[in-house]
Amino acid sequence: MKQETTTKTSYHIPVGPIHPALKEPVYFEFEISGERIVDVNVKLGHVHRGVEWASRKRNPIQVLYLAERICGICSFCHPAAFTLAVETAADIQVPERAEYLRVIQGELERITSHILWAGVAAHEIGFDTVLYFTWQIREKALDLTEYLTGNRVTKGIMTIGGIRRDITPDMLPRIKKDLNFFKDNFEKLRHIFLDDKTIKMRSQGAGILTKKDALKLCAVGPTTRASGVKKDVRVDTSYFAYGDLDIDYITPDVLTGEVNGDVYDRIIQRLLEVKQSIGLIEQCIDQMPAGDIVSEPKIPKLMNQLKKVNGEGVGRHEAPRGEVIHYVKFDGHSENPYTWKVRAPTYNNILPWIPMLKGEQIADIPIVAASTDPCMSCTNRVAIVNDNKRYELTKEQLHSLSVEKTRRVLK
Amino acid sequence: MRFSMLPSVFAQMFKKPWTNKFPAKYAPSNTTQFLADVGEGKAEIIPPIETPIGFRGKIKYDKEKCIGCQLCIKYCPCEAIEFKPKTKKIKIYLARCCFCSQCNDVCPTNCLTMGEEFLLADTDPYSKDLIVE
Repeated sequence: MKQETTTKTSYHIPVGPIHPALKEPVYFEFEISGERIVDVNVKLGHVHRGVEWASRKRNPIQVLYLAERICGICSFCHPAAFTLAVETAADIQVPERAEYLRVIQGELERITSHILWAGVAAHEIGFDTVLYFTWQIREKALDLTEYLTGNRVTKGIMTIGGIRRDITPDMLPRIKKDLNFFKDNFEKLRHIFLDDKTIKMRSQGAGILTKKDALKLCAVGPTTRASGVKKDVRVDTSYFAYGDLDIDYITPDVLTGEVNGDVYDRIIQRLLEVKQSIGLIEQCIDQMPAGDIVSEPKIPKLMNQLKKVNGEGVGRHEAPRGEVIHYVKFDGHSENPYTWKVRAPTYNNILPWIPMLKGEQIADIPIVAASTDPCMSCTNRVAIVNDNKRYELTKEQLHSLSVEKTRRVLK
Repeated sequence: MRFSMLPSVFAQMFKKPWTNKFPAKYAPSNTTQFLADVGEGKAEIIPPIETPIGFRGKIKYDKEKCIGCQLCIKYCPCEAIEFKPKTKKIKIYLARCCFCSQCNDVCPTNCLTMGEEFLLADTDPYSKDLIVE
C-alpha cells in the first residue's frame, strides 16, 4: 500500500510479522476506515530457511526427509512431488501397488489436514467446542497414520521408485474400522458446520473471491474450487493411481446448487473433500493389486542410476491446500540435485487475500485469512538478492556496518 | 435446536476421560523425587499407551552383525551416525536422529532395527541413553 493513498479518514494498522493472532510470521498492512478494510498489503519472507540450497549437499534419498520438513502438515505432499520430479527425470517405473499405496497415504493426509483446518476455522470464530471435537477425529487419523507409517506427523513413507511400507491384509480391519469412525463423525461435523446458525452468520458472504479473481490470481486447491473453478491436479493429470479411481472435480454447488466463493463455500468445499478422500481410500483398498511396492529395493543401485541422469523433471501433486510443484535438475556428475525448486500452494493463495479482505470488517480478518488454510513457512524459501549489492558479508564488514548505524542514529 | 448440545453434555458427565494419566494421576511437583520414589518402590508409574507394531523408536544396533560398510552414514538424512575407524563400527547420536529408519532399509546385514523405546528426553544431548554403539 502506498502512503499517498492514505486520507484523513483512514489509518494504517500493521499486523505482524510476529503477532499473537498469527501462527506463523507474515506481515499485513491494513488501511482501515472505521471498521471497514479499505486496502491490504501482504509481505512475506520472514521465515526463509534455505531449504533448497541445503538440498545441493544431499543425495535424493536425504532430500526426501528434507522435503518432508518444508511443512509439518503436508509431510507427504512435498516428498511425493519431489519423488514424482525425480522419477520423471530418471524415467523410473513405479510398481502399480505402490501407486495405490501412495494414494492412500495422500488421501489420509488430506483428511487429517482438512479436519485440522475445520477445527482452526471454528476456533477463529470462537466456536471452541468444535475445535475439541475435530481434534478428537484428527487424533484417530493420526493414530491410523502412526499405524500405517510408524510416525505420527513426519511420515517418512515415500521413497524414489515406490513406497516404504506395505499394507498387509491383517491391517485392513483396523483401517476399515477407522474409516467408518471418520464417516460417522463426518456426518456430525457436517451437521455442525452446515446447519449451525453461528457459523452461517459469520461465514456467509464474508471474504468473497469471485471466479474471475480466482482465475486471475491463480488460486489453487480448495480456495479456487470453492469459487467454482474446476482445477484439481488429481483429475487433470491423473498421476499415481488416480486415473483408475472414480474421482471428479468437487465444487460447492454439488451440495448447495450455487457458488458464492465466500468462507462458507470454502468450508463446504473442504468437508466435501474429506468425504471424497474417505471414498478414495476405500476404492484403493478394494482395487489394490498384489505385487512389489518398490521398483529398486537396493538404494545404492538406485543412486548409481541417478548419478548418470542428466536432465530435469517436474512433479505436481494435489496437496490438501492445492497444487504443489517441485522442479529438479540433475547435471550427470553427481547424484545430488543440481537445482531444486519448490512452489508451495500457499504462495498462490496469498494474493487472493487482497480481494477477499477488501471491504470486510477487522473482526473478519482471522476467519478470512484462515479460510485459505495458509502455511507461511512453506512459502518462504525464496531470498531476493540484489545484484548491485554485496550479499556476502564478513563478520568485520557486518560489525563496521553496525557501528556506522549506531553513529547515524546518535547524530 | 437450542439445547441440542445437552445429550452430549450429559453423556460426557458419565464417561471416563480419554487421557491416559501417564506417568502419575497428578503431575508430580518434583519429577526427580518422583522417579527416585519409583525406584525405591514407594510410588507407581501409570504405563504409557502401548506403541503400535512397526513403531519407530530408539534404534537397536547389533554390533556383531555390522560389517562397517558405512552405507547408513551415507544415507542418514541428519548425519546422526559416526564411523569409528579403529573398530570399524558405528556410533549413533539419537539427539540428531529423526527416526526415519532409512538406515534400517539400507543396511545390507540388517544389523539395525527400530525399537519401541520413545521416552528419550534428556538435558544432555551426549548422555549415555542417547548414544547407541
